[in-house]
Amino acid sequence: MATLQTVEMELNMGPQHPSTHGVIRFILRTDGEVIADCKPDVGYLHRSIEKIAELCTYNGFMPYTDRVDYVAAMNANHAYALAVEKLAGLPCPRRAELLRMITAELGRVSSHLISVGTMAMDVGAVTPFPYALRERERINDLLEEICGARLTFNYHRIGGVGWDMPEGWDKKARKFCDSYDKILDEWDRLITKSHIFVERLAGVVTIPAADAIDFGLSGPNLRASGVDFDLRRDEPYALYPEMTFAVPVGAGAAGVVGDSYNRFVVRVQEMRESVRIVRQCLSLLPATAGENPVPKPKNFKVKPNECYVRTEAPRGEMGIYVVSDGSDKPWRYKARTGSFTAMGAVQHVSSGILIADLVALIASFDVVAPEIDR
Amino acid sequence: MSLYNELPATFVTTNVDKLMNWGRASSLWYLLFGLACCGIELMQTGGPRADLDRFGSVPRATPRQSDLMIVAGTVTLKMASRVKLLYDQMPHPKYVISMGSCANCGGLFDKGYSVLRGVDKVIPVDLYVPGCPPRPEALTEGILEIQDKIHRERYLIRNS
Amino acid sequence: MKTEEIHQTLTARLGDAIGALHAETIDPWIEVQATAIVDVTRACKEDPALRFDFLSSLCGVDAGDSIFVVYHLYSYALRHSTVLKVKVPKDTPVTRSVTGVWRGADWFEREAYDLFGVRFEGHPDLRRILLPDDWEGHPLRKEYVFPSHYGGIDNTRDYNI
Repeated sequence: MATLQTVEMELNMGPQHPSTHGVIRFILRTDGEVIADCKPDVGYLHRSIEKIAELCTYNGFMPYTDRVDYVAAMNANHAYALAVEKLAGLPCPRRAELLRMITAELGRVSSHLISVGTMAMDVGAVTPFPYALRERERINDLLEEICGARLTFNYHRIGGVGWDMPEGWDKKARKFCDSYDKILDEWDRLITKSHIFVERLAGVVTIPAADAIDFGLSGPNLRASGVDFDLRRDEPYALYPEMTFAVPVGAGAAGVVGDSYNRFVVRVQEMRESVRIVRQCLSLLPATAGENPVPKPKNFKVKPNECYVRTEAPRGEMGIYVVSDGSDKPWRYKARTGSFTAMGAVQHVSSGILIADLVALIASFDVVAPEIDR
Repeated sequence: MSLYNELPATFVTTNVDKLMNWGRASSLWYLLFGLACCGIELMQTGGPRADLDRFGSVPRATPRQSDLMIVAGTVTLKMASRVKLLYDQMPHPKYVISMGSCANCGGLFDKGYSVLRGVDKVIPVDLYVPGCPPRPEALTEGILEIQDKIHRERYLIRNS
Repeated sequence: MKTEEIHQTLTARLGDAIGALHAETIDPWIEVQATAIVDVTRACKEDPALRFDFLSSLCGVDAGDSIFVVYHLYSYALRHSTVLKVKVPKDTPVTRSVTGVWRGADWFEREAYDLFGVRFEGHPDLRRILLPDDWEGHPLRKEYVFPSHYGGIDNTRDYNI
């Protein structure tokens, strides 16, 4: 039988699309359902955060860092606070460091819940998403009690945190941690081990380790490709050297190391480890009772200097590069985010896959538009 | 003359306007238009705790099937023309809720160069919900206000 | 390896292309000529004592009448990091692209072109990435004037009503 002559079609996916994880546009050239070329077009959420940094004082800029990655706002706050403290040489009390780590790890669980929930929804399984939102509401309640906000927390400060924890908060946090392992077991039964889910994601867009490093992937995307590296363990910051936790690496249990299913499983396993870290921090907290974790609010000038601090955010490596010029406002602020490089890799790995696999790929990279566009 | 005691209890008297308004208000389907942080709160409002589905509001992915557009998040200048295009694709009668500070007036990004200072510069807005981001309860109250607005409309009389 | 040793290794291998080591900042940095950046970064990646396989960040910094292009490198194999900087004049900001060394540099360079106007010769697809294609000017330069209109929309708003 002679082959059918087909013509390539140019298809526009986005910027308003339920599964592009924010306003991202893809210009696809497809031959039927098979993609020949995919070009992401970003910038629909470019809010000029890096320019606004040059207009705000160091303290006053903290709310904007929430918006750099609003799904994991605590981690973005943490990265900025660490960068400016290193730049200006400011100390941070131990109680504040523990509170920061507790909130950052709870933020990591919250972010991974959205990530795995939307991954399941994009592939077609709509049920796990409300389960993820239900757990996220419980974390939101905890974080709302400590800082007043549900999403854009503005909790960390340069030199500490905004408010000390209220009476009884640590008991509630411990109760949440104790119940969470059972929730993850339920999640595993619901979706992680589901036949159809595994078939949809296993073997889809396998990225080998050398390519992953070359593209600049980081965080869970890199670990799923087999590279055993975690900034919290290997280039530690804050009080992570005192914590005991495992680093899940893609092992190819179902599928190939570096495929989308491994990127999913690594995130689910990371949630368990984050809860372990929260428990350890909560047990260290009573020893710091009586310390004041809130710094005095004052405007400070920083001598001309520059520094680059890398932290492990849920979406990858968040590197904050701050340059000071002697005044009380930064000269340059740059946030290097995990989603930016992940999106840059999409064009190179997406020829020859189906449109449905592209949706699974974007979901497994866990990109959010504000990290790409800032 | 009243028909009140003349008809059996299974008959309801109303006027067509009220009946159609009741139908339209109880099934406000909104366009999934989460642009930024408010989009996450929109998802949570449609989620299990502050459930929007109990008001008959379900999210739709396409503007052709929705009658409410909740602009949730910052509108940048690059996105502004697409917002207008999506609004034009919605069939009448349509309503717009501007959710959050960024959609109301540019919010905390009004100092930037690339942000549209309020979505009402490109589309007409029926209701503004303040907040950064607004709590799910605030957005739910916004939906209820739109329902009240619909109940007050004279649907069959065309405004010229 | 500390940045001083990295500087010595690179100077031994490439000589004049490597500029001075600036050690007064928290992260010491090495200045590199714009014409030599591709050879230097290739040496950074391939030299067995350096093995910088990961480009962590590439950005621009406005420095008055010149622009610095800052490269933050990291090595997963040897667990060390360094900072390279290329200085280009603001009226003709041209340098070479390192996409041949790390494919991840692609979008970082497009962003530096978009926001600072730095041209990277040898880049496969150098065009604006974050701003619309018909935007005028490069916003992160210090002398940039914010526009009040775009695409027929008047973006001024009186907040004092």
